[in-house]
Amino acid sequence: MTTSTISSPSGFSRSLHSIWEGIKKIPPVYPVFFIIFIVLGLLSPNKYQSMNGAMTFLRTAAPLAVIATGEMMVLALGGFDLSVGAIVTFVVLVSSKLLANDPANALPAILIMLGFGVLIGLVNGLVVSYLRVPSFIATLGMMLLVRGGALYWVGGAPQGYLTENWRAFGRSYFENVPLFGRFPYALIVLLVFGTLAYFLFHRTHYGRQILSIGDNVRASQLSGVRVRLVRIITFVLCSVFAVIGGILLGGFGGVNVTIGEGMEMQAIAACVVGGVLLGGGRGSVPNAIFGAFTLQAIVNLLNLLGLPKPYTDAVQGLIIIAAVAYVGLSTQKKR
Amino acid sequence: MTTATASGNEFRRILRTIHIPPVFYFLILVFLAGGLLDRAFADGQIFSNPAIMLNIIVRSVALGIVAVGQSLVITGASIDLSVAYTISITAVMSSYLMQGKTENVPMAILVVFSIGAFIGLVNGLTVTKLHVNPFIATLGTSLIIKGIINATFSNYTGSVPESFEYFGYGTLGPIPVSILILFLIVLAGWFLLARTKFGFHLYGVGGNSEVARLSGVRTDRVLIGAHILCSMTAILAGLFLVSQMRSGAPWVGPNGVYDLNSIATAVIGGTALAGGKGGVFGTLGGVLIFGVLETVFNQLGVNPYLKTVLQGAIIILAVASYTIRSKKDAA
Amino acid sequence: MTEQTLMSESNPIENLAPLTEVCNITKRFPGVIALNDVSVQFYPGEVHAVVGENGAGKSTLMKIMSGAYIPDSGEIFFDGKKVSFTHPKEAQEAGISIIYQEFNLLPERSVAQNIFLGRESSRFGVIDIGEMNKQAQEVLKEIGVEKMISPTALASTLSVAEQQLVEIAKAISFKAKVLIMDEPTAALTYTEVKLLADLIQRLKSRGMAIIFISHRLIEVFDIAEKITVLKDGQLVQTVQKEDVTPADVVFLMVGRTLDHYFPPLGKPEEFGEVVLRVKDASNQSLNGISFELRKGEVLGVAGLQGSGRTELAQALFGVAPFKSGSMELHGKAIAIKSPFKAIKNKMGFVTEDRKSEGIAPRQPIRDNMLMTVRAIQSLFGIVHKDGIGKSRNLVPMLGKQVDIRTDSFDREAQYLSGGNQQKVVLAKWLASDANIFIFDEPTRGIDVESKASIHDMIRDLTKKGIAVLMISSELPEIVGMSDRILVMWDMQVAGELPAKSSEPEIMLMATGHTIKDREKNTPASGKA
Repeated sequence: MTTSTISSPSGFSRSLHSIWEGIKKIPPVYPVFFIIFIVLGLLSPNKYQSMNGAMTFLRTAAPLAVIATGEMMVLALGGFDLSVGAIVTFVVLVSSKLLANDPANALPAILIMLGFGVLIGLVNGLVVSYLRVPSFIATLGMMLLVRGGALYWVGGAPQGYLTENWRAFGRSYFENVPLFGRFPYALIVLLVFGTLAYFLFHRTHYGRQILSIGDNVRASQLSGVRVRLVRIITFVLCSVFAVIGGILLGGFGGVNVTIGEGMEMQAIAACVVGGVLLGGGRGSVPNAIFGAFTLQAIVNLLNLLGLPKPYTDAVQGLIIIAAVAYVGLSTQKKR
Repeated sequence: MTTATASGNEFRRILRTIHIPPVFYFLILVFLAGGLLDRAFADGQIFSNPAIMLNIIVRSVALGIVAVGQSLVITGASIDLSVAYTISITAVMSSYLMQGKTENVPMAILVVFSIGAFIGLVNGLTVTKLHVNPFIATLGTSLIIKGIINATFSNYTGSVPESFEYFGYGTLGPIPVSILILFLIVLAGWFLLARTKFGFHLYGVGGNSEVARLSGVRTDRVLIGAHILCSMTAILAGLFLVSQMRSGAPWVGPNGVYDLNSIATAVIGGTALAGGKGGVFGTLGGVLIFGVLETVFNQLGVNPYLKTVLQGAIIILAVASYTIRSKKDAA
Repeated sequence: MTEQTLMSESNPIENLAPLTEVCNITKRFPGVIALNDVSVQFYPGEVHAVVGENGAGKSTLMKIMSGAYIPDSGEIFFDGKKVSFTHPKEAQEAGISIIYQEFNLLPERSVAQNIFLGRESSRFGVIDIGEMNKQAQEVLKEIGVEKMISPTALASTLSVAEQQLVEIAKAISFKAKVLIMDEPTAALTYTEVKLLADLIQRLKSRGMAIIFISHRLIEVFDIAEKITVLKDGQLVQTVQKEDVTPADVVFLMVGRTLDHYFPPLGKPEEFGEVVLRVKDASNQSLNGISFELRKGEVLGVAGLQGSGRTELAQALFGVAPFKSGSMELHGKAIAIKSPFKAIKNKMGFVTEDRKSEGIAPRQPIRDNMLMTVRAIQSLFGIVHKDGIGKSRNLVPMLGKQVDIRTDSFDREAQYLSGGNQQKVVLAKWLASDANIFIFDEPTRGIDVESKASIHDMIRDLTKKGIAVLMISSELPEIVGMSDRILVMWDMQVAGELPAKSSEPEIMLMATGHTIKDREKNTPASGKA
């Protein structure tokens, strides 16, 4: 580009060049999200142009963000976890029964749910690692198991309401917070677990090993990576995050039988929008989170434009296909 | 071991080629287990009742028809997760178009089959030309269909004329029409795979698409064709279901878990997920296993949700029985 | 070229025109000239072997002749006419069929279905299976194997030899006039080779031209009439079998001036105690392996394709562990059952295929370099950009040590050149502080400059007291680098040779001469 013959490119144009290089590296999900958010703000200033509005939005988007984070790690590993939606259903329905309308049961109920999360993830990981069942099938089967199990446990209908304190995580706000005004509990949960996930995925050996397994299992094995261990831990984390997302979602939306249906596809869509490769080997916690935010923003935008909810499913389907096709075609061109 | 020209080798080879899919041994096992449960909990009333036994097959018709289509696609090393919602849209569209009038039936059938062909075409093109992973492609398609259904229909829609119910309830002599149709479809599926150029090429595409391509097989066309056929079987299944229901409802497809179950029965029946192997009769065996389970559970009054749980477990274990021997690491 | 004369009795073949010939064929790939102005004639009714070391250009030549590659310059003639194929199917239909080492059969389909894949005859799309089977039967009969192989047998139920026969039958069904076979006897037992040889004679008498690539000179001399020797992409000579001995051919294959620099070999006083001792170890592939590896030495492992070298490396490293026999590491008996354990015991394995087994292509260079050290550390240890725990500066240090040429260690590994990728893999193992290194083809497909620096690095390792097991199919590398040479053949140890053994000596042992000689002296020979 620079065609100076004698002297080297000037310092100014060089720094411009490196800024441009830096900008090119920003994953598209961030500008896309902000653009959509700005559009929302223009269309509905009351809701979206205030700090209040932003906080409300984040409260709504938090559950998907948490679930997508967990899903992202499994995708980076090169697999799929399709049981996360059923786990959400399980959490909400079974908690409604365990709580027995008594707030004192909240903590034990949450702990029991987390225990189930670990168990489900463990089984997923073991089935894939030792029985060599492709994760797609294994977690699809698990989805049936968990959803059926949930419905069986509660006899087909919610057994009670979700107590106030349990729902607080997904629904309530900290009031009178300086600068923010109201700050949703859900956002705190997202920040806590998002930071944990960030730390594990980007800052520990474990995270690097997820990526190398997703990228090249054989090379990882030959380099001494304990593939099975890493895989099992990842499925456990994904399920646990799904449990947390379920608690947030249940808190936000209350109990209902169909809650969680389709969540696995939304989580995958969020990751794909955030730029996670479906074959494994790439991933990022912030990208997954913002992918979830973007998806939520799109849903809100479509609602604002008057599109009825069912169409949002269709749009999501289109987005997934488009995103995967886009990534697939662009890597093909590179070859 | 020395190579021998002995006729012993020849005999063994012939034996190997007429082979009964292992699934039928499982079927017998399940049957016996069901019989035992019957004796233990229901005084043997289930298995001694011919109507119930026949019902096993009738119950299996919808799943059986779709499973045949799914077998085709899986043989080509692809998969179709959109069948459940395809069934749903068939049910509501056909019911809506028929409006209870017999004269609308042919038109309705034409329309839904066109829809099916279109869905199959989209699936096939997305997989072959856009190179999207078939899981994702058909899952995406299913979401789109779901959205369209939910946007336009939320409850029972339209109605099915009584004449059409012949499909679902009628009998030809002692045999229910539905079983005949299932039989025909299974036969057609078998014929397609075992005796036609298309079928042979499909096995090639699934077994090793590169080898097939080098041998001159038009791999893209074959796979698209398989996807179209699969969607059409979903349409047929949807028509059958709606003929039994009098009116189409949007939850028909997902409720019956036709996507997962069709895959599972195909795999249990010996159609390898990796493609290139298997046949329709094995799938039928898998379908019958599910049918027996379903009937036994229903008759014994087992909680339907427990049934779902068991189905999930069986799917995992059944696929595991094939994959556990593979040396390749799964993702 | 197109003279048509009658067959004369004294030299029947030479009086006919060649059935196919290649003239002045040149083919280049990035960084290497695979074939350089090669011309060979192949006559009908003649069995013609093409021999040469790995990388001599044999496969490339065959691929050009069968339509898989297009030459950069030169011409191909078939049946007197100039041809140029753009797709293997064109060559197949013209009458040139090739059978690769990895067969192109669909395992779950029958023999007949495989033979006629893609050109099944049908009416309205329906195939007459009986007819197809009958036609397959006829083709099988043409090559005389109709009693052995049934048209309805599944390909996966056939032995390797039988699968090969099916491939040959397929070629015959294409009315092939030229049959090219790549290492046809590599996977066959002694008896099966005999059957194949008989079949080849039958085909030859039908006027077909049979061309085959082989490393096994004994079989070449048994089966072929003409031998073409290629070396470094050039034609050395085409000879009549009667005019040469195997040793002559070997000399033609490898005789060269040593123009490549190798670091000086180790001196005996520099070699320490035995660090690895393997006694009579076997697994599902290998048989009775015994050898010793000493501190500070380079033990070269030579052998032909399929002789068991990579299997040996995999067994030592726990990928396909030994099932019987014994292994001692630093004097202590040990069983290595996984790479993790091998690495913990300070072994390193620089694999042959770095693309599929050595690097994670989409991860940054630095993460690739640190993969091993991180793998054996605690799972949740904190990631440091350039190192681990106490050694924070590994990446730049190692990068300099192995001389990786890159502008940034953040680049994804897939964008590096082959040579640099190999250096990344090497760096990965250096980081792990291994004291026994297994190298499998350390410089395969690498440019000359990087080759030299890798060789220097290997020698530097030994100076530090590290023991090196180096597998290589490049004889100059074996001769130039090994303090001792272990020769493999047919999944066993054929023997050991001292440093500075000549290439022909090694090649002779590698082609099975010593074991065959041993076997000839014992009764009841014939491996099964």
